[in-house]
Amino acid sequence: MVGHVVHKKLYFLVFAGLIGLTALTTGVAFIDLGKWNTLAALAIAVCKASLVVLFFMHLRWSSGLMRMALLAAFVWFAILVALTLSDEFTRQWTPVPSSWEAQVQQQAR
Amino acid sequence: MHSSAALAEQFDDLEQQHESSSFGMWVFLATEVMFFGGLFTAYIIYRNFYLSAFEAGSRLLDVKVGAANTAVLLCSSLTMALGVRAAQLGKKKLLITFLVLTLLLGLAFIGIKLGLEWRHDYLEGFAPGVNWTFHGPDSRHLELFFCFYFFLTGIHALHMVIGAGILTVLIIMAGRGRFSPQRYNPVEVSGLYWHFVDIVWIFLYPLLYLIGGRY
Repeated sequence: MVGHVVHKKLYFLVFAGLIGLTALTTGVAFIDLGKWNTLAALAIAVCKASLVVLFFMHLRWSSGLMRMALLAAFVWFAILVALTLSDEFTRQWTPVPSSWEAQVQQQAR
Repeated sequence: MHSSAALAEQFDDLEQQHESSSFGMWVFLATEVMFFGGLFTAYIIYRNFYLSAFEAGSRLLDVKVGAANTAVLLCSSLTMALGVRAAQLGKKKLLITFLVLTLLLGLAFIGIKLGLEWRHDYLEGFAPGVNWTFHGPDSRHLELFFCFYFFLTGIHALHMVIGAGILTVLIIMAGRGRFSPQRYNPVEVSGLYWHFVDIVWIFLYPLLYLIGGRY
């Protein structure tokens, strides 16, 4: 036999956890927590994804090679988001030189 | 030397063969993370631009249907995991049963998504470019939210359809007795793919249905 055979009970436990977290995230959306709503929704989604990856996708019993592939995916996604957002959020930091503004207005006419 | 029919000649042993196929799927899934990642990033940016319109759009989706579909997909992931386990143990009938269950649950998800939700959204006039009846100051930005909604759920549904095709092939292969506890790699890697598509939905559900706030 190849690969790790997981006990049936564990799969059912993980499944129960996933359903429970789905109920929780749905319930939390009906309570006004301000900015924390978004954070709670994403944190619960990360927990659910971790459960699936660790147990259903067997990462808990997989070799470092598989973990590397997942880590690489994470890191590149983080780069994608971080660099895009850093551009987006810092565009207003430096004022547009007044001479440029005049030029832009001229072109707009 | 191994003379087992389960072992392809380029591999040293069954363990290496098993790991190679899983690694191949994990690398493919990493590219899938990039594929969906670009869309998710675009969604984050535009949600940030037009927050009120995106929150209003989110509230127009039916959270009950979204939650039900999440449950259906989680069930299908459980049956898939149990299917892989049956393949590991060499239980052919059990494997076929779980694969068929997974396929049926997957088709149920697609049915609810396209037949119920998309149809409803279309009839309500929330389909940008096809049937858009919403008029108001935020109409254009709301339209953008629905573009993201249809594109993200559409690409996800496409992955589900491909997964259903893979499951069909697996069921036929299992019926012909092509899997053994020594060689069940196709079941294992298809499982990885199926669970990944489940994970994409785990993020789509809160991003589209919930973070607009339901209170």
